[in-house]
Amino acid sequence: MHHTPDPGHSAQIPLRTGGDLLQLVSPEGERISHPEFDIWVKDIGDEHLCSLYEDMTVIRRIDAEATALQRQGELALWPPLLGQEAAQIGSSRSLRDDDFVFPSYRESGVAYVRGAHLSEIARVWRGNASYGWDPLRINLATPQIIIGSQSLHATGYAMGVQLDGANTAVLAYFGDGATSEGDVNEAMVFAASYQAPVVFFCQNNHWAISEPVRVQSHVQLADRPSGFGIPSMRVDGNDVLAVMAATRVALDRARKGGGPTFIEAVTYRMGPHTTADDPTRYRDPIELEDWAAKDPILRLHKLLEAKGLLTEDMEARVKSKADAVAAELRASCIDMPDPQPLDVFNHVYSTPNSWIERQKDHYSRYLNSFNQPVEEGAL
Amino acid sequence: MTATMIKEFRLPDLGEGLTESEILSWKVAVGDTVTLNQVIAEVETAKAVVELPSPFAGVVAELHEQPGTVVEVGKPIVSFEVDDAGSSNGGGVSDTRDRSAAGPAGNQSAGNHSSGDRAVVETSTKGSPSTAGAEAVGAPAKREPNLVGYGAVVEHSGRPTRRARGQVQDVKSASSEAPALSEPAAARQAEGDVSERPRSTPPVRKLARDLGINLELVRGTGPGGLITREDVQNFSGATEAPSETQVSAARGERETRTPIKGVRKFTAAAMVQSAFTAPHVTEFLTVDVTATMELLARLKGNKAFDGYKLTPLTIAAKAVLVALRNNPSLNSRWDEASQEIVQFNYVNLGIAAATPRGLTVPNIKDADRLTLRELSTALTELTDTARAGKTSPSELSGGTISITNIGVFGIDAGTPILNPGEAAIVALGAVRKAPWVVNDQLAVRQVMSLSLSFDHRLVDGEQGSRFLADLGAILADPAMVMTMI
Repeated sequence: MHHTPDPGHSAQIPLRTGGDLLQLVSPEGERISHPEFDIWVKDIGDEHLCSLYEDMTVIRRIDAEATALQRQGELALWPPLLGQEAAQIGSSRSLRDDDFVFPSYRESGVAYVRGAHLSEIARVWRGNASYGWDPLRINLATPQIIIGSQSLHATGYAMGVQLDGANTAVLAYFGDGATSEGDVNEAMVFAASYQAPVVFFCQNNHWAISEPVRVQSHVQLADRPSGFGIPSMRVDGNDVLAVMAATRVALDRARKGGGPTFIEAVTYRMGPHTTADDPTRYRDPIELEDWAAKDPILRLHKLLEAKGLLTEDMEARVKSKADAVAAELRASCIDMPDPQPLDVFNHVYSTPNSWIERQKDHYSRYLNSFNQPVEEGAL
Repeated sequence: MTATMIKEFRLPDLGEGLTESEILSWKVAVGDTVTLNQVIAEVETAKAVVELPSPFAGVVAELHEQPGTVVEVGKPIVSFEVDDAGSSNGGGVSDTRDRSAAGPAGNQSAGNHSSGDRAVVETSTKGSPSTAGAEAVGAPAKREPNLVGYGAVVEHSGRPTRRARGQVQDVKSASSEAPALSEPAAARQAEGDVSERPRSTPPVRKLARDLGINLELVRGTGPGGLITREDVQNFSGATEAPSETQVSAARGERETRTPIKGVRKFTAAAMVQSAFTAPHVTEFLTVDVTATMELLARLKGNKAFDGYKLTPLTIAAKAVLVALRNNPSLNSRWDEASQEIVQFNYVNLGIAAATPRGLTVPNIKDADRLTLRELSTALTELTDTARAGKTSPSELSGGTISITNIGVFGIDAGTPILNPGEAAIVALGAVRKAPWVVNDQLAVRQVMSLSLSFDHRLVDGEQGSRFLADLGAILADPAMVMTMI
C-alpha cells in the first residue's frame, strides 16, 4: 500500500460541512490549484499518477469483462462500477494495509486494490459462494448486499479500534441511496457519539437503482452529516486527486482521534444498477452524455498527456495489464468448480460443531432420497 | 493447421431469474469471424434490451434462432467453430457442467483445461434459473414490480423459478419407466383450476415431475392428505399407456409458447368481459329424460325425418326455445351505454362449438320460428361450418341466448360463462343411465343434468328457476309442450 504523507495537522483545518465541490483536476484535464487541499496530494508524482491511471483502466476492464461474462451466462449477476473508477481508486489507494474497509456490493475496484484475487471477486457473483475472500487477509469485509448495513459494521469495528488504542482507520463505502437508510443514520449517531475513527465514503452516483438522488434529499448529501455533528467534504468523485486529498484528510483525522468524517464523492453510475436493470427506462440519455464528458479516466488521460507522461510504451503497458487481468478473470471464473450441496455447512463454525454435523447428516440423507430406489419411500 | 471444434452458446439467464428472452437481431451472420466479447446479438428480456457478447473467438457456424423468436433460457442460439486449442477464449472456456466436484475452498487458480476431444461443448449453464427447476404445477405466482428492473412478473412457470441445481434434474432416468400423461389426465390438467399446492415432499414432487404427473390430480393417502411416493406411482400406473407421439410431446419441450391471438384472444377477452360485468348465477336441475330419448327414437324411425340428424341437442334446443316463450327475460340484453334493457322478440340461438381454432359460439338466426326439421338442419350446418373453421363473423354476432353441449365430453354439469351480451346460457350434461325413483320405485332411467347461468342484473332467481323448471319439464315429458304454446 501507499504511504500517506503527513503534510499538516487535520485538526487545524476547519471541520467543513459540504460546501463547494472540491476539484483538483478539471474535466478538461487541467490541474486546479487549491490552497487547502494541494498539500494533501503534493507527494503524488508522475509515477504515482501513472499507477492511478493504470488501476483505473484495469478496474474498468474488469468491469467490462465481468459484464460480458454475465451476458454469457458465466456470472449470475454483476453490479457495474463504470464511471466510478476515480472514486474507488482514489479512496482505496489512500488506505493503509492495516486499515479496515467495509464495502457495499459495487466496490470491485476497491477489492482489486486491496488485493482480492480475481476469482475471489467473481465467486460471489457466479453464485458459487456466499463470500469471496478472507476478510482478515486483506482487511476488506465481504461485500454487503443489504443497503447501508456495512456502515454499522464499520462503526462497530472502529469503536473496537478505539478500545484497542490502535491508530488504524476504518472506511465504509455506500451509495447515495444508503444515506436514506436507518442503518447509515444510526451508524453516524454512534460514530459521532464515540468519535469513532471511521470514514463514511459515500459514492453519490445519482441513482438508487431507479430513484434519483434529488428526490431523496433536498440538501446536498454532504450536508446531512452536519446534523449528526460529523464534518464532511463534497468532492468531485470523478477527479482521482480530489478524492485522494479528501480521503487522506478524513483518514488522518480518524487516526489522530478526530472522529468520523463523511465524504460525498459526486460521481455517476454510467451503467445499469446491475446487469438485471435497464436504466433507459428511467434515465435521460442526455444526462449520460453530460457525465461522459466528465469521465474520470478520460480526465486523467488528458492530464497525463499534458504532462507528457502518456507515452506509447506506457499506454501499451497499461493495455496489456488490463488484458491480462481480464483474461485471468475470465479463466478463473469459467474454470471455477461448482460448490456441492453439503458445502453450505462448511463455514458456519470455525471448529467442529455437533449441531451443524447433525443438520449436515440430515441434509445428506435428504439429498440421497432423490436417488434412492422407489420402495424406500420419501416420507 | 489446427483442428476446429463446434461450440454452442446457450441462452443465459440475463437478469436474475428470467426464463426466456426474445432475439431482436443478429449482429453477425454465418461465416463471420468474431472476436471474444464482440457483440453478436441484441436480445430483449422481460427487464431490458441487452447486447450479447460472444463467449468465443471463432467463426459463426450456425444461428439456431431467428430474430423475433422467444427463446427459452438454456437453449442453444448460436454455434461457433473455434480452434481446438482453446486458446481463443482467453483461457479455457470448457464444458461448464464438467467441473470437478471440489468445494469452493479449493484453489481456483486459472487452469487451462480446455476439453480438447469433445465435439460439442456447451457454455452458459451458469445462473440459469431453468424452467427445469420449476415445477409445472400450480398457479402462476405473480409479483408486482417494486423497482424498475426488479421483481419482473414471473410468467407461466408454475411458481417462482429457482436456479437449477445442476445434477438433480434427471430426465433420462425417468424416461425408461415413466408413462407420460394419458389423454384424460392431460385434458384434466389443461382445464384444471389449480388452487392450493398439494401437500407432498420434494422427492415425491420430483418423481411426479419426472413422470409428467400433475400432483393436483393425485389423491394423497398420507397423514393429512400428504401425497406419498406410492400415491404417485399408483396414479401413474392407473393412467393408460401413452402413444409414441404423446411421449415425444411430453419429453421434448418443457413448455410451448403460443402467441395469444385469433380465436383464443377473442375468447379470452369475451370471457373476461362477461365474467366481470355480468353477475352470474348458475342453477342446476337433473332430469329424467327417458321420455325425450324415446321420442328421439320414434322420430328417427319416422319417414318425415329421414336424412335429418336428430340428437338430444336437437330436442333440447327446441325445448329451450319453447321454454323461453313464457320466460322472455332470459332472452334479453343489458345495454349499459343507453341504460336500457333490450327484450328480444326473436331468438338467435347460439351453440358453443369446439373448433380447431378454439371455442366459437355461432348462432341460428330466428331459431324460434324454425320447425324441428329446420332446426335440425340449421344445427347440422352450424356445427359443420364451425368445425371447418368457416363460420362467418355475422354468424358469430347477434346471439340472444346460448347452449353449450358439454355432455358430448361426458360431463354432467358446469357453471357456464355467458356469451357477452346475452342473459342466459344452458349447459346440457351427458345423458346417462342412472337409478331414479319412479312411482316410489327405484328404476333405471336416462338422466341428464341441466346447468343454467344467467345474468342476475336481468333475470331474478324466480324467472331463472321457472325457465329451468319448464325446460326440465319438457325434457322429462315432451308432451308438456302442449301446455306451453
